[in-house]
Amino acid sequence: MSRVTRHASRFNHQLTNSPTNMSEDIFQGYKGRALDVLQKFNARVWARVRVDSSRGVFEGTILPRAENTDDKHIVLKIFTGYNIGVDIDGITGIEELGYKKAVYKIPEKEFPYSKDKPNVKLLGTGGTIASRLDYRTGAVIPAFSPGELYGAVPELADICNLTTEKLFAVFSENMGPDQYKKLAVAIGNEIEKGIDGIIIGHGTDTLHYTSAALTFMVQNSPVPIVLVGSQRSSDRPSSDAALNLMHAATAAAHGDIAEVMVCMFGPTSDEYGFLHKGTRVRKMHSSYRSTFRTIGDTPLATVTRQGVVPIKQDYHRRRKDRNVTIMPYYEEKVTMIYYYTNMQPDVIDALVAAGYKGIIIIGTGLGHVNKPIYPAIERAIAKGVAIYMTVQTLWGYVHMFVYDTGRDLMAKGIIPAENMLPETAFIKLSWALGQTSDLAKVKEIMLTPINSEITPREPYNGYLIYQGGVPEVEDFIRKFHK
Amino acid sequence: MKQIFDARSNHAETRQKTGYVAREKATQADYDRIGFMSGLEVHQQLKTKEKLFCHCPAGIFQKADDYDAELIRHMRPTLSELGEYDGTALMEFRTRKNIIYRIKNETACTYDVDDTPPFPLNQEALSQAIDISLLSKLKVVGEVHITRKQYLDGSIPTGFQRTAIIGIEGEIQLKNKKVRLIQLSLEEDSCREVSDIGHVRIYRTDRLGMPLIETVTYPEFKNPDEVKEGADYIRFLNRSTGKVRSGIGSTRADVNVSCKGGTRVEIKGVAHTGWMPELTHIEAFRQWALLAIRDELNRRIKDTANWKISSREVKAKDFKLENLGVPKDTTLKVFVVNLPQFQGILSHFTQPGKMFADDFSDRLKVIACIEKPNMAHSEMFEDAVGERAWAKVRSLLGSREGDAQLIFWGPDDDIKTALETIEERCKLAFSGVPNETRKSFEDGTTIFERVLPGADRMYPDTDSAPIPLEDAAIDEAVKRIPKLVSERIRQLMEWNVPEDTHTYILKNNLVPLMEKAHVELNVPARFTSSLFAHTLKHIQGQYPALPEFTFEKVYELLKYLVERNLDLAIAKRMLLHLYQHPKMDFESILITLNFKEVSKAEILGKVPFLIKKYKEIRTSPDDSAGLRWVMGNLNKLATGNISLRELSKGINL
Repeated sequence: MSRVTRHASRFNHQLTNSPTNMSEDIFQGYKGRALDVLQKFNARVWARVRVDSSRGVFEGTILPRAENTDDKHIVLKIFTGYNIGVDIDGITGIEELGYKKAVYKIPEKEFPYSKDKPNVKLLGTGGTIASRLDYRTGAVIPAFSPGELYGAVPELADICNLTTEKLFAVFSENMGPDQYKKLAVAIGNEIEKGIDGIIIGHGTDTLHYTSAALTFMVQNSPVPIVLVGSQRSSDRPSSDAALNLMHAATAAAHGDIAEVMVCMFGPTSDEYGFLHKGTRVRKMHSSYRSTFRTIGDTPLATVTRQGVVPIKQDYHRRRKDRNVTIMPYYEEKVTMIYYYTNMQPDVIDALVAAGYKGIIIIGTGLGHVNKPIYPAIERAIAKGVAIYMTVQTLWGYVHMFVYDTGRDLMAKGIIPAENMLPETAFIKLSWALGQTSDLAKVKEIMLTPINSEITPREPYNGYLIYQGGVPEVEDFIRKFHK
Repeated sequence: MKQIFDARSNHAETRQKTGYVAREKATQADYDRIGFMSGLEVHQQLKTKEKLFCHCPAGIFQKADDYDAELIRHMRPTLSELGEYDGTALMEFRTRKNIIYRIKNETACTYDVDDTPPFPLNQEALSQAIDISLLSKLKVVGEVHITRKQYLDGSIPTGFQRTAIIGIEGEIQLKNKKVRLIQLSLEEDSCREVSDIGHVRIYRTDRLGMPLIETVTYPEFKNPDEVKEGADYIRFLNRSTGKVRSGIGSTRADVNVSCKGGTRVEIKGVAHTGWMPELTHIEAFRQWALLAIRDELNRRIKDTANWKISSREVKAKDFKLENLGVPKDTTLKVFVVNLPQFQGILSHFTQPGKMFADDFSDRLKVIACIEKPNMAHSEMFEDAVGERAWAKVRSLLGSREGDAQLIFWGPDDDIKTALETIEERCKLAFSGVPNETRKSFEDGTTIFERVLPGADRMYPDTDSAPIPLEDAAIDEAVKRIPKLVSERIRQLMEWNVPEDTHTYILKNNLVPLMEKAHVELNVPARFTSSLFAHTLKHIQGQYPALPEFTFEKVYELLKYLVERNLDLAIAKRMLLHLYQHPKMDFESILITLNFKEVSKAEILGKVPFLIKKYKEIRTSPDDSAGLRWVMGNLNKLATGNISLRELSKGINL
């Protein structure tokens, strides 16, 4: 097997260094009245200046202004390193004292290659695994090459030989069919070329959509495919990015589990990561590090820098062959509706009128909706729309035989999606309709699990949501790190 | 070869050569000679209900072992906004610490442990910071930008402190000079350390996130006493708003010191201004001594760039390390190190009772995480290793005359960092005074704490938007702020208030109360000053403080006496009871004191009888003795009814 030698694409992560940009960027981010003031006094961004104002004299370097802020202030970095804003209304003069442009760059070091280490490819999609400041929005944006990653997380070189490729740079919420398909194809190419493991860097918000999509689009992989993100951007010292990346690299390089997995923090402490099956995982907290949880089952494994420790034994094992099936299909006219009380039939009619071919209903309880929308469901089914039922409770199966409502709905043609998670069902239906419009075939695809999106049984420890305040829970929390 | 080096006399000689002067004997000329320079960063907690960026209560504290949960974090350095890694950040990263946070539900939430982004800045804290900025004559910024200041020691779970400048470029007026201020920032307080042993550091999160302000001066203090005066002034200024916390740990200052040719060294977290003179004095002279060491080393060593230590591992049992506190059956690795041409440097004077070699031990603890005792060296006052063993060390290392040697021990994993640390400290000596923060002790000496961070650890907070400060809000603040402390001091002088009471009065922000008593009750400030700073201070030293007791009660007491037309002298006696039983009403206190209301005429009416009595027993030919005797007999009856002055006038012997 030959080492993958294709070089990562090069990106320029300096704020700007080309002379053509300079002229456009001398007032970077300033607009309206603030821009007028800068122009009036001939002061540019990155100039060290003395500003005379009604509140006194302020000295510092003019910084770019974030886009969604007002046009009433100029931002200065003063000599102590702090930033302040000066109100433009009081400004009576600006004198330029010097000019020094900041170049924001993670020190780049060549990633060392070692013969006895597995080769891992990191495919970048965006997200916050490594990031830098973006003056345009004032937020952080992703940035990495293998060299930068090695500069920031040198421990990676102890785990594997890493090469990277930035497929696209989009925020998590902007991931969609095009990206899923491109990723699937890129993964196929890497496997064919002999890679030992694949990491996909990804924003966390829709990580579980992508992990589901890749589970369906990349089947029978001989190597681990690990999706990883971070909940705290890597511009902060306590970020989970570096540790998540090391865990993902360990799982990809040395783990025996050859599946599409999500690798994120187990507890919020810097202790171990979980490997979750791509179809059974969900983001469950808007900001916690330990936000990803396997729903309705245990996680696949725990991972530390020392290695992967499986929790479940029935997983797809790593193989030497290079056989993999890439199935990049996707129908975009699929939607989800979250049922709410007193939902009106026009919601469904509107979707059908708009040409939607598949609808995932996220129903209450065991999989219910109210009677007033029955006629709309009938009309949709009659038009050949595939409708599947999942549950808002997330945990548990759809059981439409228990109550009359459920039986009525099934009679009208709604198909229960067992214990498939709503997002997974949505992705799977899009993928199934992307392959065929024959609804019987779609049904067969939907209800034949590819990797545990439907499980035949729910283990007793697949639903553990302890509640605080109970003495035994508090005892447990005190003893083990959160 | 026998090499006996007299470390004690070397220490004494180098101390003299350095020109160290004890503080009692030091004059301004001594400080000018070494170019003493000092500046302050005074931290003051604000009295708000909630923390700065979340809704946890501020000012509730817990014991070290009282917690609901623990969590572990590690800190990694990140780039500053200008694309640099910070020096301290890299050092802390080398130390590879497991940081454990102890969380108590009542005092910390998921924001505190960095699992939730910040909530909007506490407006109560912001307006207090604006007030104090205006009092400090700072220029208030047009827009507040929240900045992240990296701290990789783990004292803040995010790895940075959220901090924001409220004002820049101000000044304070001391007795004889003005001192300029660089800035005032509003920031969140850090965790309190529980312990730091080996690679595990434990913090509790109760204090974390409490709002505090930091006032930073220019380095314009020219002698140690000025430093204290400046720190006191800032402390009084902060307290004059009545909106800051007092009590242990609520005011802490970092003191920056340098000498001519030295470097800014920061002495961290000095809790008492009274310690500052000794600390700054000793630090300035420590730097002066390091410059002497630099000169000596540069004289001896021509090629400092290629200067290197050499080292090798030895067997613990060959060196009787049990005499140095190492267990006999230790699994620690033991290394010997040769420092070429460092003889006489190790025992070189640095601070009273300390020598250059102490820095190695401190750095091994902090940077390599090797607990003390962690080393011995060839110039210790008490040599527990023995000359024979040192001879063996020298032969193992191939040492030459004029070299110095260390023995150190530690866990295998820490040896590499330890060796780097030792070589690094030696090399820093070639260029003088290392940039560092130091921890202080009550005797005025300091030890290495961390490498001093620079401006490179600043980064804009991407989780929060800038906050505009409109002119209207500033104008509003101008109206509500109290008088300047310098004006208050002038006021005290005008009232003829004794100077020994000033500190107590300003520290407790009592001028407004005194003024109120003066204006509304016609009670002289001179009297209230003594009532507070002498009587009450004395009582406070003897009885525990109760939360119900406030200074306002003293005013109420005075008001009661004036309204009842009683003599104020009884206030001193009543205060003793009031302090211990703040809920007791004044009438009851008087009963407790057995006070009887008696008219002046009635008291004066007893005088002739007592004079007569005295004349029978006359103890001294001096009439004043008689006066004292008569007054003594009437004292108890008189207190509260007639002033002693009026009474004495009525006694004509």
